[in-house]
Amino acid sequence: MTAEGTPIPAAGPAPAPAPAKPVRREGEIPSRRERSVPHAGWIVVARKELADHLLSARFVVLFIVVGLAALIPLYFAADAIRSAASTVSGGQAIFIALFWYAPKVGDAQIALPSVQGFLGLVAPLLGLAFAFDSINGERAQGTLPRLLSQPIHRDDVINGKFAAGLAVIAIVIGVVVGVIAAFGIIRLGIVPAASEALRLILWLLLTFIYVSFWLAFGMLLSVVVRRAATSALIGFGAWLLFTIFGGLITQLIGGFLAPLTGTVQQQINSIQLQETINRLLPDTLYREASLVLLNPQVTSVSSPATIAGYQQAQQRIPSLLSLDQSFILVWPQVVALVALTVACFAIAYVRFMRQEVRA
Amino acid sequence: MTAPSTRPIRKRVGRKGSGSDTDPGSRPRHARTEGDDRPRAPIRTRGLTKRYGELVAVDHLDLEVQAGEIFGLLGQNGAGKTTTILMLLGLTEPSDGQARVVGLDPARRPLEVKRRVGYLPDSVGFYSDLSGRENLRYTAELNRIPRELAETTIDEVIEQVGLSARADDATDTYSRGMLQRLGIADALVKDPDVLILDEPTTAIDPLGVTEILELLRTLVRDRGMAILLSSHLLNQVQSVCDRIGIFAAGRLIGQGTMTELAHRFGEDTAHIEAGVQTDDAAGAERVREVLKAIPGVVEVKAPRRSTTDPWVIGVKPASDETRVRRSILAAAASTGLDLTSVRPVAPSLEEIYRRAVEKAAHGHARDVR
Repeated sequence: MTAEGTPIPAAGPAPAPAPAKPVRREGEIPSRRERSVPHAGWIVVARKELADHLLSARFVVLFIVVGLAALIPLYFAADAIRSAASTVSGGQAIFIALFWYAPKVGDAQIALPSVQGFLGLVAPLLGLAFAFDSINGERAQGTLPRLLSQPIHRDDVINGKFAAGLAVIAIVIGVVVGVIAAFGIIRLGIVPAASEALRLILWLLLTFIYVSFWLAFGMLLSVVVRRAATSALIGFGAWLLFTIFGGLITQLIGGFLAPLTGTVQQQINSIQLQETINRLLPDTLYREASLVLLNPQVTSVSSPATIAGYQQAQQRIPSLLSLDQSFILVWPQVVALVALTVACFAIAYVRFMRQEVRA
Repeated sequence: MTAPSTRPIRKRVGRKGSGSDTDPGSRPRHARTEGDDRPRAPIRTRGLTKRYGELVAVDHLDLEVQAGEIFGLLGQNGAGKTTTILMLLGLTEPSDGQARVVGLDPARRPLEVKRRVGYLPDSVGFYSDLSGRENLRYTAELNRIPRELAETTIDEVIEQVGLSARADDATDTYSRGMLQRLGIADALVKDPDVLILDEPTTAIDPLGVTEILELLRTLVRDRGMAILLSSHLLNQVQSVCDRIGIFAAGRLIGQGTMTELAHRFGEDTAHIEAGVQTDDAAGAERVREVLKAIPGVVEVKAPRRSTTDPWVIGVKPASDETRVRRSILAAAASTGLDLTSVRPVAPSLEEIYRRAVEKAAHGHARDVR
């Protein structure tokens, strides 16, 4: 198996152009051709996965779903804001209201969720859809052993897939929010102030982190659960539970632990506990943070802890928070979301690295 | 949010990989040392062992596959073939012992090994929405093969496995056999020095199998590749492999060429087929007597179904086979037998394999007692 020992085959692929300096380790049997050292296999994986995602049916479907989820409330919110805009003084934060204002529709004045509320509801689907079958899908197709026998590290596979998922999420929510903003500018005729634009960008980042959490969660499922259909079911089940029934369940738990009875202070304590339990849900974290980031009128995320606090809150002169103050207010929520995302991905990563190739 | 930078595959092995190099006392050293100028075997294992808890999947495997040969790994399902292959590729870490593939420890430097080893997994799969060509392109990219070179290489390997007509169809329209052909092409894309094929021909039609085996022979002959293939299709292994290893319950119970294996596991019996025309039962009885009378013949089997089928004559020792054949011709001439044909029967791998496995099971039973 020496370089000169074997003739260059007529039928075989031509030898690669040799790089300048061959590195030969002790004991290694020389190769018939020099090979460039592959680096960053995850980029190759990510590129392929991204191409797959962008051409897939689920990308189109999700784009439409997320787009509609944003556009419907947007339309009504814009009308309401336009009619109100002329009467509002000090219109510092009118444009951004487009995202948090929950419009009332029709004669019955049915309250629709805000753009932010709708997106928060639907966006997890985006994360789940691009991750729930990422690893077990490869297993089912029988491509995993083949992929892992290529000269890449094992974690390149999971890293590349995660990176591709992040990229798709960024594309979808970036485009949707961009379209909303453009629509708002045209329909309202209001150009956002710099601080509003900044708030919007921060909120976009927050949404990105939140969806990344669901992406990491989907990936964890795809590593742990053998069948893609099962992991999809579990994922969507968790989504329903957290985002729709989550509030109900935590209310039940809270009511059980600390019933809303007794003195006023006891009731306040119960409410505090309820809020704490609620914050175990990533959905709550996202909603609190995004309200504060979008709406400068919101000055706290928690209910006051004492009766005096309630009185103070009532007497407060309504004012707008500056961006940095808003940000400080939701910093814990943001950190918690990032931590949840990292934890999910870390577990998925470790489990994947330890799994047998064939199983 | 991004991945931790630790890469457990590489990390662990530091202690282990070089272990047997530094403590020669633990196992007898391999005869070939650094100074030896004979080319070293691209695949070598010493005491390679894999345990899953209580179960020993691979038990102290000593294996060597030279450049320019096809080595067939035979064994029942679950005998440890695939586990061995995964260890050779660094996809699973050995519990004990060591492997060297192209002179490198796969557990320690999996990337270098995987760059030079083409691997066809059993029940190979492809991305079903991509075409065969696109699937191979992805493999080429993962191997960092420059684009232009990759294109010509892909054309060539697709041609070699006979898939040119369907290369641009999505792989979910492929039959199982076509997927397997594509799998072989996929293993060849990186222009490997070593080819490891796990059940390469199970789903391919008989004519296709001949083509594929032919291709493997060409690769070995022209490029000096070393090929390790695992299979339970005995006749294919017999027809294409230079050497054969028989695997049972994680142990290599015999390895060598067909002749060596026949010698070791056969009962030193050769077989001859003779076509003899007989008219009735009395005639058949006479034939039996004549054949039995020849020295060296230990067994005579009359055809069971029709009188035109050949008789089978067992000869012991096997080395007497040629002499016995001559004697049969002579006996036919002198006794007036209506002899139509005489030919030696090649030792069948099936027979050898069955004996080897039985022998191993016996030996194992003895050990236990």
